[in-house]
Amino acid sequence: MEHLELLFKSIFIDNMVFATFLGMCSYLAVSKKVSTAVGLGAAVIFVLAITVPLNWLLDQYVLKDGALAWLGEEYAAYDLSFLSFIMFIATIATMVQLVEIIVEKFAPALYNSLGIFLPLIAVNCAILGGSLFMQSREIPTFGLAVTYGVGSGIGWFLAILAIAAIREKIRYSNVPPALRGLGITFIITGLMAIGFMSFGGMLTGGDEEPKEKKETSKVEKIQEVKKEYSQNEVIECSRNGGIERSRNKEINK
Amino acid sequence: MGLLNKKDAKLITDPFLDNNPVTVQVLGICSALAITAELKASIVMAIAVMAVLAIGNVVISLMRNIIPSKIRIIVQLVVVAALVIIVDLVLKAYAYELSKTLSVFVGLIITNCIIMGRFEAFALANSPYQSFLDGIGNAAGYGIILIIVGFFRELLGSGTLLGYKVLGDPIEKTGVYAFGYENNGFMLLAPMALIVLGIIIWVQRSRNTNLIEE
Repeated sequence: MEHLELLFKSIFIDNMVFATFLGMCSYLAVSKKVSTAVGLGAAVIFVLAITVPLNWLLDQYVLKDGALAWLGEEYAAYDLSFLSFIMFIATIATMVQLVEIIVEKFAPALYNSLGIFLPLIAVNCAILGGSLFMQSREIPTFGLAVTYGVGSGIGWFLAILAIAAIREKIRYSNVPPALRGLGITFIITGLMAIGFMSFGGMLTGGDEEPKEKKETSKVEKIQEVKKEYSQNEVIECSRNGGIERSRNKEINK
Repeated sequence: MGLLNKKDAKLITDPFLDNNPVTVQVLGICSALAITAELKASIVMAIAVMAVLAIGNVVISLMRNIIPSKIRIIVQLVVVAALVIIVDLVLKAYAYELSKTLSVFVGLIITNCIIMGRFEAFALANSPYQSFLDGIGNAAGYGIILIIVGFFRELLGSGTLLGYKVLGDPIEKTGVYAFGYENNGFMLLAPMALIVLGIIIWVQRSRNTNLIEE
């Protein structure tokens, strides 16, 4: 159940493109045709599904405060978390290279469709962002890290597929000349993001049932979820019962 | 101008308008939008990117003759990552609240396409001094967009600028609020950043028709 919840959350509510603007560069550059968009989207799912769990292991057993305790008592005091950027990006770059070599050797057909996108992906913010959000949201288990990676990838895939389909059609519309191309793409993405905001309230609905049985655990859970999403404006607002209150909060600050 | 000859000055001014990295080259949008709900965060982000890009450009340019071209991407990533770690630690030490607001987006400077793009396109082929100017210019072009978006989002969304209540107090109904003005809380939400940027591009391309696509 919690896997399903996290999957839904990472695909729709925290959609990489619409809620956190990750991977916008390739999202804008490669979304002119549906076929190439599908290729890049599939490659992103693939790479995220591998790198997020790997970086989870790295974070848990090497980088976190006290993570080196398994080496022995004297290592328990080390906190290497300041190294996480460089370690994550190194893992991602090596994994992308490795995946490229393996795919080329064992699945030439897949390589022909994914191959050209793989090197592009090493510097895609969605990949590093996936790992960094995994770290800052404190995903608890390895299984959930896999789910989170796959879910974020699918969310990105959906977003690029949708915008590519719209851009193919919009060629036939009469867009003001100065807005053609980049401008209108931004505005459409903004409108799509507003649409995706409506998913924000859905998970609170899902929490309703166990509430009667376990009152305390639910409160805990909501607080946890709230903490988890403190950076995410969309969720924050829908949970606080609308824009009004989040605005008041801003003012109080 | 002794310090800057004409060509060098162009390196700084060009990315400001006609060759702006965000609105024309479509680079670095990833981290640009998420943190622009407040002006202060936008300014800090702009400064952080400027520091990383200027120093990184110089470092890459100094090493340009000894980097083997096959592994240049990894070398570039390591240089950026090291600089970003320094920026992150400085922010955590001197502006902890702000580094919480920026959260993972400081880390995402590593994959900011502007940085990799400038390393690849400029620093690998030019002298350190020119690379430094190019880094400053491009980061300023990026920063100006961030600051414009941050300005409008904070002003219209919460009626403040850098935390000062420039439009009056919405609860005690002073200033423009006395005439029934309301803040548009929608501006604080993620999607409006995209729409504001879309409008900036619209304005820019209406003024400079050379930039219109197709």
